[in-house]
Amino acid sequence: MGSVLMKNRIVQLFESKKEGILSIFYTAGFPTVDDTVPIAVALAKAGVDMIEIGIPFSDPIADGPIIQQSNKQAIEGGMRVAVLLEQVAHVRKQTSIPIVLMGYLNPVLQYGMERFCQQASRAGVDGVILPDMPMAEYLQRYRELFRANGLLNAFLISPTTSELRIRAIDSVTEGFIYAVSASSTTGTRHQFEAEQIAYFERLRALGLSNPYLIGFGISNAQTLATACRYAAGAIVGSSFIQHLAAQGVDSAAIQQFVHDLRQPAP
Amino acid sequence: MNKPRYEVDTQGYYGQFGGAYIPEMLYPNIEALRERYLAITSEPSFQQEFQALLRDYVGRPTPLYWAKRLSEKHGARIYLKREDLCHTGAHKINNTIGQILLAQRLGKQKIIAETGAGQHGVATATVCALMGMECMVYMGKLDMERQRPNVERMRILGTQVVPATSGNMTLKDATNEAMRHWINHPTDTHYIIGSVVGPHPYPDMVARFQAVISEEMKRQLIEKEGNPFPDYVFACVGGGSNAAGAFYHFLADEHVQLVGVEAGGRGIDSGESAATTALGKPGVLHGSRTLLMQTDDGQVVEPHSISAGLDYPGIGPMHAHLFDIGRVTFVNVTDDEAMKAGVALSRTEGIIPAIETAHAMAALDQFEFDKDDVVVINLSGRGDKDLETYIKWGQY
Ligand SMILES: Cc1ncc(COP(=O)(O)O)c(C=O)c1O
Repeated sequence: MGSVLMKNRIVQLFESKKEGILSIFYTAGFPTVDDTVPIAVALAKAGVDMIEIGIPFSDPIADGPIIQQSNKQAIEGGMRVAVLLEQVAHVRKQTSIPIVLMGYLNPVLQYGMERFCQQASRAGVDGVILPDMPMAEYLQRYRELFRANGLLNAFLISPTTSELRIRAIDSVTEGFIYAVSASSTTGTRHQFEAEQIAYFERLRALGLSNPYLIGFGISNAQTLATACRYAAGAIVGSSFIQHLAAQGVDSAAIQQFVHDLRQPAP
Repeated sequence: MNKPRYEVDTQGYYGQFGGAYIPEMLYPNIEALRERYLAITSEPSFQQEFQALLRDYVGRPTPLYWAKRLSEKHGARIYLKREDLCHTGAHKINNTIGQILLAQRLGKQKIIAETGAGQHGVATATVCALMGMECMVYMGKLDMERQRPNVERMRILGTQVVPATSGNMTLKDATNEAMRHWINHPTDTHYIIGSVVGPHPYPDMVARFQAVISEEMKRQLIEKEGNPFPDYVFACVGGGSNAAGAFYHFLADEHVQLVGVEAGGRGIDSGESAATTALGKPGVLHGSRTLLMQTDDGQVVEPHSISAGLDYPGIGPMHAHLFDIGRVTFVNVTDDEAMKAGVALSRTEGIIPAIETAHAMAALDQFEFDKDDVVVINLSGRGDKDLETYIKWGQY
């Protein structure tokens, strides 16, 4: 790993904290275009370990209805890649929380991968997740660019990913792996099924060299606590967006949401 | 100099277009298809069953009909490749027969599909009924209204039709929903994509299943003209499957002029169009890198066409490449021009075409032919499904 990446905030987070990491995902520009910054600041204040900010896209095929709706509303409200990068720079002035940008490949390609990486890095972004970017394309065309800009790229794995491929992904990962909890699009669920637990156990037994976070369907204290038993931590998305849709961006309410998530499971 | 490449390369690309841009959840399915589609489809038992069904069930070969009055009108030797006479009324069934046989060999129990005009939905529902497999078709809510007969045909065939209610509620949105469904049901379900779109190997696989169209054309042209090569082949392009099939065996013969006809909608400057080569830029949608109608910020622009089957903001990566290297000429015609051409074909040849196909007919007016030019138009489908749109348009 190059020296730039050693100072990466995500790397530092995973070095200093081995369990119970909570990362929260939300869509940039939702509910309104000006909400990206205050939400990030409130989450940092609430003690969240990492934030993932979604770059909205018109055709989010890996997302369920909640995130689809937030994407639509964000685009209609004027969210754009350039606007988001400026907002991240404002967030970065107020907090040192690790920031990941997550989105579909096309908006980033249109912005220009090189320009995106340079400006994201300058704004204070630490990592990028582009679920529809093929691994081979990343390795051939973008890895050096990411490294040069001190950005980590996280790959997804899912219950249908073969062990061979998981190991291949592990071997090119710098940072963490995003373990999707089920063969599903994003959404909320009250509890995990037995087959998901079996998958988590299988994952843990692989002894991967990188930490992984479990995401998709983590939506309450119970699912969070379960995920944290098997992984370095977990990612909450749809459930938080539902909270924003219902209660707005009030900082105290966001802190309460995070507090409730972290309740020990009953 | 290297000869230009028309076929897909080993990485799944046609020049700069193609590839497999999919979330990890779909990777095992796409990988299994990629590894096995060529081997499975070239097995003798597969070929035997495929050919027998195309002959006895679909009704192939479809006629190559010399359209006498149309020929007089345009001053050329015009032939119509009668895909409208296929069982279910369009070329779409060539592909669904191939894919259902493949799905069986992959051990899948359930089938999903997207549909725009409903022709691919009906063709999928039909092969699922034939094979006794459970079938679910996603269709934009707007398309369910404008192609109502096809919705009911699918239901009679025992298929569940699920409305897609996002975006403009058309083909793009139905495709999004089908992909989401597949992400949620990756192991028991095969997704029968209806055009030469989607992640590799779909574009190549669908093109190969449709290639029977140009294979027959060649044989039939030898019989009728003593020469397998026409001067022109015309086909409408939504995703581009009927065009891929009609062009396939002529690609390497560069003296055959290939013309793809896109939906201009209300005109390419109207903001309501689906003419992707005129309005698109390279981008990634539905699993492949291709030409795509989009904003500067990479958001997909909602297309418009009077024809549900052409109402899509992209084209297959193979066509994006053929456009890029100039092997295929792309033109577009407006909603109005297409409707007029549909009525004109009805009156000169007694054939009411699908509105998609009517676009290919309308493009003839943009060309000056020599009287000896042999022109083949791929008559991709019949117009029964479009009666409501013809009636609403009213000018007949
Ligand atoms: C009769 C007919 N022609 C053409 C098309 C367009 O599809 P493609 O471009 O894949 O041939 C459709 C699609 O629904 C159709 O029904």
